[in-house]
Amino acid sequence: MKRFLYVIPLMVLLVVGGFAIMQLKQVSGGKSVNILPSVLINREVPPFDLAPIQGYEKGFGSKDLLGQVTIVNLFGSWCVACQAEHPFLMKIKEQGLVPIYGIDWREKKPDAGPKWLAKYGNPYTLIGNDPNSKAAIAFGVTGAPESFIVDQKGVIRYKQIGPITPDVWESTLWPLIQELRKI
Amino acid sequence: MIRILTVALLLAVFAPLSAQAVEPNEILRDPALEARAREVGKELRCVVCQNQSIDDSNAELAGDMRVLVRERITAGDSNKEVLDYMVDRYGDYVLLNPPFKAATLVLWIGPAAIAVLGLFWVAMMFRRRKSMDGGSEMSTSGPQNAPLSDDERRRLDELLKEDSA
Repeated sequence: MKRFLYVIPLMVLLVVGGFAIMQLKQVSGGKSVNILPSVLINREVPPFDLAPIQGYEKGFGSKDLLGQVTIVNLFGSWCVACQAEHPFLMKIKEQGLVPIYGIDWREKKPDAGPKWLAKYGNPYTLIGNDPNSKAAIAFGVTGAPESFIVDQKGVIRYKQIGPITPDVWESTLWPLIQELRKI
Repeated sequence: MIRILTVALLLAVFAPLSAQAVEPNEILRDPALEARAREVGKELRCVVCQNQSIDDSNAELAGDMRVLVRERITAGDSNKEVLDYMVDRYGDYVLLNPPFKAATLVLWIGPAAIAVLGLFWVAMMFRRRKSMDGGSEMSTSGPQNAPLSDDERRRLDELLKEDSA
């Protein structure tokens, strides 16, 4: 019994350390670790209706998402990680894999988003302007980029925190999109 | 004098820590509504800075959340409805004082359980040491544990007799 007591701290250390190593392995394995699991999974997209960004004709609202599987991608010209995922979004658009709808989040200047898109290309079917985080808060967003996979009925099926990388796309997003299309 | 200076210095150093981040242009005209907005704001975590309330945080998202809180309060929501609105989107995580339920059991019970285990462990250590000390003193015959002398034994017998009589 007494000897057992001495082992307790060691056991606690092993358990805590074990969890830490598991998490680290997941991260280094290219898997995104959901720090905040979204409470919105399997719920309808929150109703929103965003104005267009400067120079664009149409904005984007929750009703535009009905009838097909879509990706809603939250970005900003100020967001470095968004720039990192941007070429891959362009590839998705060029190959016509799935329509991506954009929420331009918290631009300081009204022309910042449009300029950024003119420079790097526009992968979005429609873009809504969200300078006051209206849609961002409705989606429970904590940072950019975040992407949501929405099914035909407008139900959120997946939340991707951080950039969409080829790895995440191949392993998770694309299989899920194909699965949802069968429904 | 030095004491006053010290207090003044401490105040100067620590006062800013309790400062509010609420911007003047966010404040509602109605003081009663604003007071309620502050109450709600204190309960809500700034989701990008983890350990501050939205009222304490200068983060942009926290500012937008403060504005949203005020909008909903002005629109007639109760404090609880505003908090529910946020929990609906961000989960219990957004509350600085998370509710007691199955998913948060470890959070609430964990520290107390660890403290109890720790106390138990310390108690075991003390008991162990005590029994070891006792054992060693018996053999070294310290003043407390030495056998009674004849004189002492006689007095003890007398006292015991007195007691029982």
